[in-house]
Amino acid sequence: MNSTSDFRIGTGAGFSSDRLDPAIDLVERGNLDAIVFECLGERTVAFAHRDRMANPKRGYNAHLERRMRAMLPVCRKAGTILITNMGAANPRAAAERTVAIARELGLAGLKVACIEGDDVSAVVTPDTPFMDEPGRLSDVGMPVVGMNAYLGADAIVPALEAGADVVIGGRLSDPSMFAAPLALHFGWSLDDAPRIGAGTLVGHLMECGMQVTGGYFADPGVKDVPDLARCGYPIAEVTADGSAVITKLDGAGGCVTPATVREQLLYEVHDPERYLTPDVTADFSRVTIEARGKDRVAVAHASGTRRPDRLKVTVGFDAGFVGEAGVSYAGPGAQTRGELAADIVRERMAKLIGNDAELRVDLVGVSSLFATAGLRSSGAQDVRLHVAVRSRDREHAEAMLWEVESLLCCGPAGGGGYRGAITASVVTKSLLIDRAKVKPTVEIMTA
Amino acid sequence: MTVRANARIVRDIAHARAGDKGNTSNVNVWAFDPKDYDLLKRTLTPERIKRAFPDLIKGPVERYELPHLGGLNFVLHDALEGGVNSSLNLDSHGKSWSFLILGLTLDDTGR
Repeated sequence: MNSTSDFRIGTGAGFSSDRLDPAIDLVERGNLDAIVFECLGERTVAFAHRDRMANPKRGYNAHLERRMRAMLPVCRKAGTILITNMGAANPRAAAERTVAIARELGLAGLKVACIEGDDVSAVVTPDTPFMDEPGRLSDVGMPVVGMNAYLGADAIVPALEAGADVVIGGRLSDPSMFAAPLALHFGWSLDDAPRIGAGTLVGHLMECGMQVTGGYFADPGVKDVPDLARCGYPIAEVTADGSAVITKLDGAGGCVTPATVREQLLYEVHDPERYLTPDVTADFSRVTIEARGKDRVAVAHASGTRRPDRLKVTVGFDAGFVGEAGVSYAGPGAQTRGELAADIVRERMAKLIGNDAELRVDLVGVSSLFATAGLRSSGAQDVRLHVAVRSRDREHAEAMLWEVESLLCCGPAGGGGYRGAITASVVTKSLLIDRAKVKPTVEIMTA
Repeated sequence: MTVRANARIVRDIAHARAGDKGNTSNVNVWAFDPKDYDLLKRTLTPERIKRAFPDLIKGPVERYELPHLGGLNFVLHDALEGGVNSSLNLDSHGKSWSFLILGLTLDDTGR
């Protein structure tokens, strides 16, 4: 395309369970060239594999059906391309379902691109070492449920070149879903590392959706955000040199300020000079952030150097089960009654499970999130015992739930509000794979 | 931990956000007023942060500086109790770790 006109790209989801209604509003009023639904993390890709093992037709994002039903008609009307990794562990099933929805909605001719090839379980060898911890794949005594390489813009651009209206993949790297349409629109070579670095900054700021428009930010009295309940998703107005203005729709809640942009600039970034993606070694260290009027913030001076030779792979392992259960105590002495309950559970669980399972006992209101950090509050009169156990053996989780529930009659005074649940546990580790071993494919399906 | 009731804390001059990759947490911290960046930098050394939470942060702490934006980025290795899919903490992502650092006193003789 090699266009010099600005490119308007929005975000319609920043994680698997993000809101839908502001995404509809954004496409209807945002005059967007493209919208990205980023719906995959280390946690969600692993669980998607579990879903696929249970049912070969599933393994894609649980909200895909409702999202596509809502978005396909408005995207077609607005001429907005939709790019997403909602395919998770099963992009083919997600694309086929999307085509079926498009047909039901009468959107004849809609082109859906299915990107595959991120599943690298057939090519990773057992002796492959882990990326950021000791050991290698074969050392883990748990069954592998999935292995996905992070795919980059080079996997997405061919889908866009083929004229796709909707691009669906699995482990598409978050910023690559933004960098790819920008590169194609502006005619940037994927080897032009400074430009791809700039496009990657745009993607990085946008990929978590409302985290740049006031979400994950409000701290009342210190950092106030207007109308957070109606927060809008972000828009990036990108120019040919890769600089951009981050903004949102008028009338949507939230705010875009230098502070919201700063916090997102280094979100999940380690060395700002070396942010690795499949596309580039991005350099955010000299990025400038300037207010340009209400809810408009200009970002520029991102750069980058050569892309890494190896791609990151997330490996999910079947770790059995996690059980979680709780009972609450309130009023005078609530804390000491809760502490007694915690002691009882620890004593009895030690006899039941020994060292065969991991156990954690917290007292919400006194010591839970910051328990390991060693911080405790005192004087709480409304506390909740929270017990968690992980085991390959479901019976350990069941035994813990029973123990916590039994506290209602045989524990401290005034205990109430028992809840307990057991869920599947997938643990993940990362490794690296030579880029040449990963071969992404694109198939266009037409409604 | 003993904190004087009127002790100023990092949250009085800065804002922060936490993120996770595997078992590594990062917390970026930004001075509201550029004039406070030097105080922030002086107070929040990697050694101080490691010393404040020895049981949580098992690995090294690295600090990256973005002076033109008034920001510091702390990388806390082996600090997520195994990471999002392994930790039994209710907050298995360590989303709340930003408030661990915001709760530190500006007088670094305390916690």
